[in-house]
Amino acid sequence: MRAVGTHRRATDDPAWTKAVIIGVVMLFLALVLVLPLVAVFVEALRKGVGAALAAISNPDALAAVKLTLLTALIAVPFNAVFGLCAAWAIAKHDFPGKAFLITLIDLPFSVSPVVAGLIYVLVFGLQGWFGEWLLDHDLKIIFAVPGIVLATIFVTFPFVARELIPLMQEQGTSEEEAAVSMGAGGLTTFWRVTAPNVRWGLLYGVLLCNARAMGEFGAVSVVSGHIRGLTNTMPLHVEILYNEYDFVGAFAVAALLCLLAVVTLVLKTALEVAQPGVRGRGGH
Amino acid sequence: MGVTLTILSLIVLIPLTAVALKAAHQSPEAFWAAAFNDRSLAAYRLTFGAAFVAAAVNGVFGVLTAWALVRYEFPGKTIVNALVDLPFALPTAVAGIALATLYAPKGWVGQFLTPLGIKAAYNPIGVVIALTFIGLPFVVRTIEPVLRDAAEDVEEAAASLGADRLQTIARVVLPALAPAWLTGFAMAFARGVGEYGSVIFIAGNMPYKSEIAPLLIIIQLEQFEYERAATIAVVMLAVSFTMLLVINAIQAWSRRFD
Repeated sequence: MRAVGTHRRATDDPAWTKAVIIGVVMLFLALVLVLPLVAVFVEALRKGVGAALAAISNPDALAAVKLTLLTALIAVPFNAVFGLCAAWAIAKHDFPGKAFLITLIDLPFSVSPVVAGLIYVLVFGLQGWFGEWLLDHDLKIIFAVPGIVLATIFVTFPFVARELIPLMQEQGTSEEEAAVSMGAGGLTTFWRVTAPNVRWGLLYGVLLCNARAMGEFGAVSVVSGHIRGLTNTMPLHVEILYNEYDFVGAFAVAALLCLLAVVTLVLKTALEVAQPGVRGRGGH
Repeated sequence: MGVTLTILSLIVLIPLTAVALKAAHQSPEAFWAAAFNDRSLAAYRLTFGAAFVAAAVNGVFGVLTAWALVRYEFPGKTIVNALVDLPFALPTAVAGIALATLYAPKGWVGQFLTPLGIKAAYNPIGVVIALTFIGLPFVVRTIEPVLRDAAEDVEEAAASLGADRLQTIARVVLPALAPAWLTGFAMAFARGVGEYGSVIFIAGNMPYKSEIAPLLIIIQLEQFEYERAATIAVVMLAVSFTMLLVINAIQAWSRRFD
C-alpha cells in the first residue's frame, strides 16, 4: 500500500503533517477522554484501597449495585426482543409509513433524558393520568423500581433496532424466501434464518444498550425519588455521595462504573476485530 | 409488526403525548410565561450556545481524529479507536464528577487556568467542556465511514491534474465530507442540548448564568409545577424534532450524490 523510498503517493501526507495531526489528536483525546478516566481512579484511591473498598461494600452502595443490575436485566432483554421484532418488520417488509416508523424508533436518542423521565411522571405520577387509579390499587411506579425500569427502557430503546435494521436490510430477503419455499413457517424462518444471521449485530447492540442502561442518570433521576437503599441506582448513588462531599465514596462507586465502561469498550473492540461487518452502523 | 407498533405506542408515543397535553392544560398566556420568561430564556441561551460551541470544537477535532484513524498507521491506534467511544460507554454522572474535579480551581487542569483568569468549572465554560466530552464520538463516527469509502483515486486525479495537497483537501476531500460532517455536528448538538448528567456537576447551576434547560425542568418538577415543567419540555421537544428533521434532510440530500 504505502509508497517506498523517495516516491510518495499523491494521497500520502508529508511526514510532518502526519506527525502534527497525530500529535494534536493524541493531545486532544488525552485531555478530553483519558484525563477524566484517570482522575476517577486516582480520586477513588486517594485514601487508599481500603477506603475505596469500604465505600463499595457499604449496604447502600450494594443496594444500588443490585438495583442497577436488576434494571439492566429487565430493560436489556426487553429492548433486544423489541429490536429484533422492529428490525425484522422494517427490514424484511414493505409498508406505508416505514420512514416515519424508523424516525419514531430513533426518537429517544434525540429526546433529553430529563424529558424522558418527565413523561412517565406525567403518566404514572400522583398528578398523572393513572395516578389515582394506581394509588387506589396500591401500585407504585414513580419513585419506585418500575418507573426506573420504564425510564431506562425508553432511553435505551433504539440501540438494538438501530444496529439490526441496516444489517437485515443488507442481507435482503432471499434466504428467508428460500426457507419459506422449502416449507418453513414464519416463526421457524425467523428463529432459524433471520436471527442467526444477525447474531453479532445483536450482540453489538446489546453491549451498547447495556452500558447505557447501567449508566443512565437523567431519566432515572427524575423518576427515582432518590430513596437510599431502595430506589438508588449506581449513578444516582454517585451523585448523592458527591453532593455530601464524600468524594472517596463517590469516586469509588464511579470507578466501578468506569470498569463497566472499559469492559464494554474492550468487548466492543474485540467484536469489531472478529466480525468487521458489525462496525459503524447508523450512529447513536 | 403489531407488536412493534404496540410497544412503540406504549413506551414512546403515549407518554410523549402526555407532555404535550399537560403543557396545553393552561392558558396561552401562562404557557408563554412559563416557556419564555427571563430565567428560561437565559437557560435556552446557555444550553443551545454551549451545545453549539461544543459541537463546533468537536467538528474540528473530530475530523482530525477521523482522518488520523482512517488514513494513518500509528502505535496504539486500536486503543485510540476504542477510546473514542468512551463517552458512549461511560455513565454521564461519572464523566460529570470527573470533569468537575479536574476543572475546579484547584483541580489538575483548573490550577493552570486560574492564573490565566479563566474560570472553567461552575461557569458556562464548564458546560462547554462537558458537552465536548459527550459529543466527540458522534462527529468521529459519522465522518469515519464516509472517509473510509471516499475513493483515494479522486484525490490522485486532483493531484495529477496539478492540484497541490492543500487544494486537493479543500476542493476535493472536504466537500465530499460535508454532509457527514453536518450530520455529526447536528447529532452532537442535539445530544448536547438534552444532556444533563455530565453538565450539572461542573456547571455550578446558577440561575440566569450557568443553569441549563433540562435542569430547569427538574427544578419545576421538584416544586410540583408540572405544567411549567411540561412547557419547557415541549420547547425542548420542538427543538429535538427540528434537529431530527434537519439530520434526515441532510442525509437525504447527501444520498442524492451517490
